[in-house]
Amino acid sequence: MPAHQSSIRRVLPVLSLAACVALWHVAASRHLHLGLVTFQNVPQPLEVVDAAWALLQSPKLQNHLTSSLGRVAFGFLIAAFVGVALGLAIGRFRWVRETLMPPLEVARPIPAVAWIPLSILMFPSSEGSMIFITFVGALFPILLNTIHGVHGVDPRLVASARSLGTGRWGIFSQVILPAAAPSVLTGLSIGMGTCWFCLVTAEMISGQYGIGYYTWESYTVQNYANIIVGMLLIGLLGMGSSALLHRIGHALMPWYRPGGRA
Amino acid sequence: MNAVLELSRLAPAEPTTGRLDIDRVSIELGAGAARFTALQDVSVAIRPGEFVCLLGPSGCGKSTLLGALAGHLVPSRGQLLLDGQPIGGPAPERGLVFQHHTLFPWLSVLDNVAYGLRMRGVGRAQRRAQAMTWLSEVGLDGFEHHYPGSLSGGMQQRVEIARVLINEPRVLLMDEPFGALDALTRLKMQELLLALWARRRMSVVFVTHDIDEALFMADRILVMSARPGRVVEEIVVPAERPRTADWLTGPAFAAYKRHCLDLLRDPGLTVPLERLSPLTQPAPADADAAAALPD
Repeated sequence: MPAHQSSIRRVLPVLSLAACVALWHVAASRHLHLGLVTFQNVPQPLEVVDAAWALLQSPKLQNHLTSSLGRVAFGFLIAAFVGVALGLAIGRFRWVRETLMPPLEVARPIPAVAWIPLSILMFPSSEGSMIFITFVGALFPILLNTIHGVHGVDPRLVASARSLGTGRWGIFSQVILPAAAPSVLTGLSIGMGTCWFCLVTAEMISGQYGIGYYTWESYTVQNYANIIVGMLLIGLLGMGSSALLHRIGHALMPWYRPGGRA
Repeated sequence: MNAVLELSRLAPAEPTTGRLDIDRVSIELGAGAARFTALQDVSVAIRPGEFVCLLGPSGCGKSTLLGALAGHLVPSRGQLLLDGQPIGGPAPERGLVFQHHTLFPWLSVLDNVAYGLRMRGVGRAQRRAQAMTWLSEVGLDGFEHHYPGSLSGGMQQRVEIARVLINEPRVLLMDEPFGALDALTRLKMQELLLALWARRRMSVVFVTHDIDEALFMADRILVMSARPGRVVEEIVVPAERPRTADWLTGPAFAAYKRHCLDLLRDPGLTVPLERLSPLTQPAPADADAAAALPD
């Protein structure tokens, strides 16, 4: 690759982000009114920077961050464990699929917001109900991608493994699981996204801390700059956790290089 | 039994295990209206250490027979015996090699070859040492840390063969193993396989539709015909081993080849049949196909 081409590639993401901020600045400072959508009440980038700076100075930031990260981590890990285990069983055994898929298919389209009342009733602690909602958000993408991965396993691979002396449990641990792993990773990274996605919903229940709560509270007290700080914070944390997941995935699957064999 | 006498001249120690008895075996595949007889009333006895080629057009049931010998398909009638014992399910004593490799993409070449030993509980150091020996035996020194995805088709089949032979199978079952390789690579692989076979003398059942390949490799060729699949002729290949270019280019070879061509050019079949798999019916891959395989 020529040198100038690679340097363009490195600058491009920065330029694209800068362009987004510039457009936002123009639209917000001119109070643009486009008929369907209006920027009259949208805070300007500099106001948001001020709000972010204020939040950085605030002792509450750490509480917000640890609460949210804890909820997402708990919800995600439980969803990952349940989703992968269920997905492997459903993908592999017809009777498990026929037993479990109907209730799961009914539960799947229910949005996280709709779970709020029931989860408040079901969980004595609000912490539990918030973790439950992030769990619900992450479960289905992980589950469905795991099932998809198990169905995609080449039957010849299973046959070969059996001919090489692999037992029933070995087929699971030595063949099905690694063969489905790329699909599982896809499910995990989508699930991680929906986890953050559901965080604001979940933290509507919370009375004190959390980035989602901070965002929601800023709206109710009409502190619009803080809303955007909260949104950006969720975006950055979501992006960071997805990147972390991909790092871990690549470290565990050095043989797997999407978009072409190494 | 002239053929037995001939064989005894070739090998220093005549193998005693690896006798296969295919006794009046019929196999039906598919369900409902699509059910058909893939193999009808086939009886063959394969001697210990014999190299047998199943030659025939697509859909003649040669892969189906191989799948049954491997233990992945259950005969509808008749029985299959290895050294007098009925064949139950898949086992390392009957190594299976497909046309396209089935190496585990997540294991290095070395760990792929050592896989069978790991399943048997052999310690890490010992199985790796043995796998290294096998890798050099198939000419892949220095590739032990590669992943299968980074190897060429011929190299992948070399690894596949090493992975099967490390289990010291009594029978090697091969389903058009070199069918996807280019002509030159195929020739090298055929010579490699013959060299490995000459040293180990396991029985080999080798499925092919390539007449030249069958005549170059086999002690005996079973010519098969389709719908229903059956053995129509048995050809004992008289050429001495090791086989050379003299045999491949001589008049006897040409005569045998012409005879095989006449047999395979079945006037009743104008439309080529679907290729059968040693695993299941040719129907679109069902999600449960793998789970439905017999144990």
